[in-house]
Amino acid sequence: MSSRKQKGFRLGYDFWTQFELKLMLVPAVLLIFVFDFSPLFGLLIAFKNFEPIMGIKGIFTSEWNHFQHFILVFQNFQFWPMVRNTLGINLLSALIGIPVTMLFALLLNEIKHHKFKSLVQTVTYLPHFLSWVIFGGLFITLLNSAGIVNVLLMELHLIDKPIQFLADPKYFWGVAIGTGLLKDIGWGAILYLAAMAGVDQSLYEAAAIDGAGRIKRMWYITIPGILPTLMVLIIFAVSGMLNNNFTQIFVLQNSLNLPTSQVIDTYVYQTGLLQFQFASATAIGLLKTVFALLLLVGANALSRKLTKTGLF
Amino acid sequence: MVGGKTAGERIFNLTTVAIMIILMVVTLYPFWFSLISSLNSGADLARGPVFLMPREFTFGSWTAVLSDPGIMKALWITASRTLIVTAVSIFYTAMFAYAFSRSYLRGKKFYVVIGFISMYFSGGIIPSFMLMNWLGLYDHYLVYILPALFGGFWNVIIFNANYKALPEALFESAKMDGASEFRIFLQIVIPLSKPVLAALGVFTAVGVWNDYGTTLYFTQSNDLQTLQYMILRLIQSNRAVENMMSMQGTNLAVSSLLNGTQGQGPVTAQTIELAAMVIASIPMIIMYPFAQKFFVKGVLVGSVKG
Repeated sequence: MSSRKQKGFRLGYDFWTQFELKLMLVPAVLLIFVFDFSPLFGLLIAFKNFEPIMGIKGIFTSEWNHFQHFILVFQNFQFWPMVRNTLGINLLSALIGIPVTMLFALLLNEIKHHKFKSLVQTVTYLPHFLSWVIFGGLFITLLNSAGIVNVLLMELHLIDKPIQFLADPKYFWGVAIGTGLLKDIGWGAILYLAAMAGVDQSLYEAAAIDGAGRIKRMWYITIPGILPTLMVLIIFAVSGMLNNNFTQIFVLQNSLNLPTSQVIDTYVYQTGLLQFQFASATAIGLLKTVFALLLLVGANALSRKLTKTGLF
Repeated sequence: MVGGKTAGERIFNLTTVAIMIILMVVTLYPFWFSLISSLNSGADLARGPVFLMPREFTFGSWTAVLSDPGIMKALWITASRTLIVTAVSIFYTAMFAYAFSRSYLRGKKFYVVIGFISMYFSGGIIPSFMLMNWLGLYDHYLVYILPALFGGFWNVIIFNANYKALPEALFESAKMDGASEFRIFLQIVIPLSKPVLAALGVFTAVGVWNDYGTTLYFTQSNDLQTLQYMILRLIQSNRAVENMMSMQGTNLAVSSLLNGTQGQGPVTAQTIELAAMVIASIPMIIMYPFAQKFFVKGVLVGSVKG
């Protein structure tokens, strides 16, 4: 704000304008307090001897229990497999998904035929807009023991008997990572393409005159140009390491693939809402949130140090 | 591009095009497959999958799905909540973002702080469940509406970036003329923000239409099932039969839908499932290309720069 404005006419600082603005903020602020902030009090039950029967008052009146829920969480034999599944699926998804999506965007950017390029984009966006129930359901059908994938593989004599993609725990990570990649590759490419559009075009012309081919230009001009975007996406991936896509996993999960499909989020749902172990489910959820925040801050700090870009 | 086409360039181009075509086929084929399977006789499908075209064409499964009262009820719940939540939450969020974007708003820090806290901290599922119970929203239609009426701070950031791009002189002259803030918002800002309103409206509608978590967590009665949730239960019950797995209880609406399909007629549990999936994805398939053009320009560029 300029000094002239501050000393003289201060448009908008009158009482009525401020009152109007506050009125416009009220609905959203109320909703944030009721539906986002008030549940935070519920986190107290992670540290207390709380039983669902006590009701809402019990959150405040039940006794403290000296981190008993957290100790039990770490002793639970289901805890480490569940952490392994969560981290495994997320880490591999990021390690495969980020480079593959970037490569897709790089190749798409090289297509000069405008109509073909936008056709590819329109088609690859489609799965992003469908629910996991439908997209997951389609793949459950395709990967069935009598489904089309198995029929094709048998016809080609690549396998003798059908692969139980969803009933055999061996394949669950692969199915989760593969379907996740296919659902979001087109959508994920948008951010890269937007970043690529911002790269100075004269750099390409200069490089071409100097004799750099397509691949060299991609490597030395495009990739450095989209590095900040890439870093932001990596930070998001790292901070989301503990956050599985519940909607995806829950659709693909069944009682047979549970050993490799039980992740933190599905476990919290199962023990919390189906078995009414409110306190311990809340404790696990809280642990997850805290570690996810630490990961976010850590990844951001590291990125700032290495590439001088970060979220905050 | 500068320079002529060398053999290397040509190979590069061909490979790129081939990769893109394969990717498009892999993306589209599952939808084609489910469409033709849902239009094929179920008894015939049991002999082997169809690949390119239906072998024994029938609308039986589609009519069975579209005439089922349970599906119709679920469709009504899903469509009504999508319309209400999208309209109201876009309005509330756009209005919040407008007030938030004014440089003369006093106490802006407070709103930044609550916004960021709401983005990064959450009580999680159990505390939310307890809250819904306490508010009397558990197993009530309003659980689909009230908690979703604010679109979240991320959308505020996107609106904010777009409002900042509007010429400041417009606001100043309107204020000089004595226009109230509401009037500026309704008559100047909203008409000038159509692309971002449309894009965020589509995102919100897609999110609500595709959501099944709310039904799963916060409802139990058959009358409140959403379309996605009903399809999920349909898939689960069909898989349970196939793999002889145990199921956590049966769903009345799903069993009544499958009731007419006993045996090996043209309509089987599998074709019902596929028909329901195809029908439930039609609104999204129709809607997304229309809004597509707004995505890159209207929303993402603004938010990346902002």
